[in-house]
Amino acid sequence: MDIQFTEEQEMLRSSVQRLLRDQYDFDARRGIVASDEGWSRTQWSSFAELGLLAAPFSEEAGGLGGGPLSTMIVMHEFGRHLVVEPFVETIVLAGGLLESEGSPAQKSEFIPDIIAGKSIWALAWTEKASRFDPANVATTARREGDDYILVGEKAAAIAAPWADYLIVSARTSGDQHDRDGVSMFIVDRQAANLHLRTFKTIDGRRAGEISLDGVRGHLLGGEGAGVAALEACRDRAIAALCAETVGAIGELNAATLEYSKTRKQFGATLGSFQVLQHRMVDMFIAHQEALSLMQHLTLSLAVNEPGLSRLASGAKSKVGYAARFVADQAVQLHGGMGMTDELNVGHYFKRISSINIQFGDPAYHVLRYAQLDAAA
Amino acid sequence: MELNLSSEDAAFRDEVRAFIAENYPQEMRVPNPETDLTKEQSLLWHRILHNKGWVAPLWPKEYGGPGWSVTQRFIFEQETSRAGTLPPLAFSVTMVGPVIYTFGNDAQKKKYLPRILSGEDWWCQGYSEPGSGSDLASVRTKAVRDGDHYIVNGHKTWTTLAQHADWIFCLVRTDPSAKPQAGISFLLIDMKSPGVTVRPIITIDGSHEVNDVFLEDVRVPVENLIGEENKGWTYAKFLLGNERTSMAGIGRSTRYLNRLKKIVKAEIPVDDPAHLEFRRDIARIELDVLALEATELRVVAQMARGIDPGPAASLFKIRGTEIFQSITELTHRAIGNYGLALREQPASANRFMPGPDYGHTASEKYLNARKLSIYGGSNEIQRNIIAKAVLGL
Repeated sequence: MDIQFTEEQEMLRSSVQRLLRDQYDFDARRGIVASDEGWSRTQWSSFAELGLLAAPFSEEAGGLGGGPLSTMIVMHEFGRHLVVEPFVETIVLAGGLLESEGSPAQKSEFIPDIIAGKSIWALAWTEKASRFDPANVATTARREGDDYILVGEKAAAIAAPWADYLIVSARTSGDQHDRDGVSMFIVDRQAANLHLRTFKTIDGRRAGEISLDGVRGHLLGGEGAGVAALEACRDRAIAALCAETVGAIGELNAATLEYSKTRKQFGATLGSFQVLQHRMVDMFIAHQEALSLMQHLTLSLAVNEPGLSRLASGAKSKVGYAARFVADQAVQLHGGMGMTDELNVGHYFKRISSINIQFGDPAYHVLRYAQLDAAA
Repeated sequence: MELNLSSEDAAFRDEVRAFIAENYPQEMRVPNPETDLTKEQSLLWHRILHNKGWVAPLWPKEYGGPGWSVTQRFIFEQETSRAGTLPPLAFSVTMVGPVIYTFGNDAQKKKYLPRILSGEDWWCQGYSEPGSGSDLASVRTKAVRDGDHYIVNGHKTWTTLAQHADWIFCLVRTDPSAKPQAGISFLLIDMKSPGVTVRPIITIDGSHEVNDVFLEDVRVPVENLIGEENKGWTYAKFLLGNERTSMAGIGRSTRYLNRLKKIVKAEIPVDDPAHLEFRRDIARIELDVLALEATELRVVAQMARGIDPGPAASLFKIRGTEIFQSITELTHRAIGNYGLALREQPASANRFMPGPDYGHTASEKYLNARKLSIYGGSNEIQRNIIAKAVLGL
């Protein structure tokens, strides 16, 4: 159950750690977030050079065959450094869907460029009314020759403004809430009749509201079978986001502990007050439990364990609640400083708050976990 | 969730599982094994394990332990706990036994260890005193040397199952002028000695589990002293370290959680306004159990590789007891109006108890489980330990 890393995995971890330590400190990140584009092509190229973008892909697809464990290693370190570049969107979401659903032609057309760091992808699955339900799709697609024409609106597509390609869910049959009839399409971001309005997210990224007014798309996967593929994709994304969250929790705990040992109030360090000591013990326990459950999910994902989707929901909820507790307490124990843009603590807080929304919040997932319980 | 087991360990697990299924006494399968069994009944499984050579997993082979690896010990713990077996006498096997073979002399080892293993001697723990709470070093019971004997005077309390005990291991003050921790000795006292009186303490669940033990001019042979005089605190701390292992209680929590689900399904209709809250609370607790189990497996795997788990036991004690308390509380609420009823003690088949069978022990378990966050070093003490040892505060 404990993950004892192989030599390759250990190498991957130490090389990501070295890269981020050398070129992705908090000031560097601040510069990236404040730039016009809001992300760094230079960083992305070094990720590609280091093989991070190739790590999770299978060897047949030109990757390194590292699977979910390599994603976990990368995302854990990205979480520690608050990396804003769209690894989840491009590699985990789009890369995962291309690899599992794509035709041989689509795989060979798109995956090599992704691995080389030449193309950025985003997934547009949410709509104004959909909340966290991938089956709730009003956008439509009708066949025209070998392609489809998409009409509708997609909401809050993270990294869409940075993307060269989008994967868009749209309905090819059925009513707005039907599980059947949702399909996925590859869409060129610069395609005619696609309009995108960019907005900034709380965690320093860019997302877009997308209007599709008759946009040409290429079918990805089986027609009408998109929901199952999106759900499997969500499970993989949840594992990646959980790893990122655990990395962020660890940093928040370390920062809070260090602060509590130096910051004095009433002539004593914060860490000398028992009520705060116990709070930090609970933060430590929350970290340990989140780490354990995240690893358990990753290992289950790697062998495609039965009941995986239920476990993913369980982990999203438990890790999400743990993260919210730690983030709340980290800000609280830093006092006013925790509220400032200057200190990194608030930025972890915002990233955790953002992750807790994506693909469903902890309350949504704990009830989904309950619903999928065969024994209850 | 399972450890990644080698084929030998998997075979061992199957062997343990089969042994429990074939040998656990039917007589011990009562509604609440902790309160419903006589002294003789509660020793049955202890004796079966002793005959098999499995009664003391922690002990080195030379003293009668099975010589298991960390992984095998964990498997045994997991299987017995999942099956809901009553553990062998903990104060004897887990607590005083290791103190005797670690710090005792040869004569003491020869005299006490075999009788601990066989269940012939039942041991209880004389640590707590009125007013001591979690501050065990505040021992006031005095032992004054008189020739070949100590004369012991004092009052021990919260003594679990002292009513059955043949022996009590006691912390006594032998040097009243030294600092609190420095003047304490570790003494073994025969419960049949003149001057020993046991008085029951009935707890809020109606059970007689704990006692006051009064010691009045009790003459204890000097040969019953463990190790050196005034070094007892060292031995006591060693023992407390053992007390806090395997406190996660995953097997037990899982069994009670599964029962809780059945009760909720049977008792609470979907249109009950509280139904959703039960579903959510159960899901959250189930995830707490899962995360704690994954943490335990992580620690066991590290220990098997020779990595010191540090104060992981404190984490397991805190979370394991919090989780079990929540489960008993939810179970008590889930049976609705029958949560008003409390089984009379001692339990007897002839006493009327209303409501469905599955709810009969809900009240007593809910009430009894309040002790978990208090005993064995309160959960606040455990947080102090983690704060100091892990966080460096």
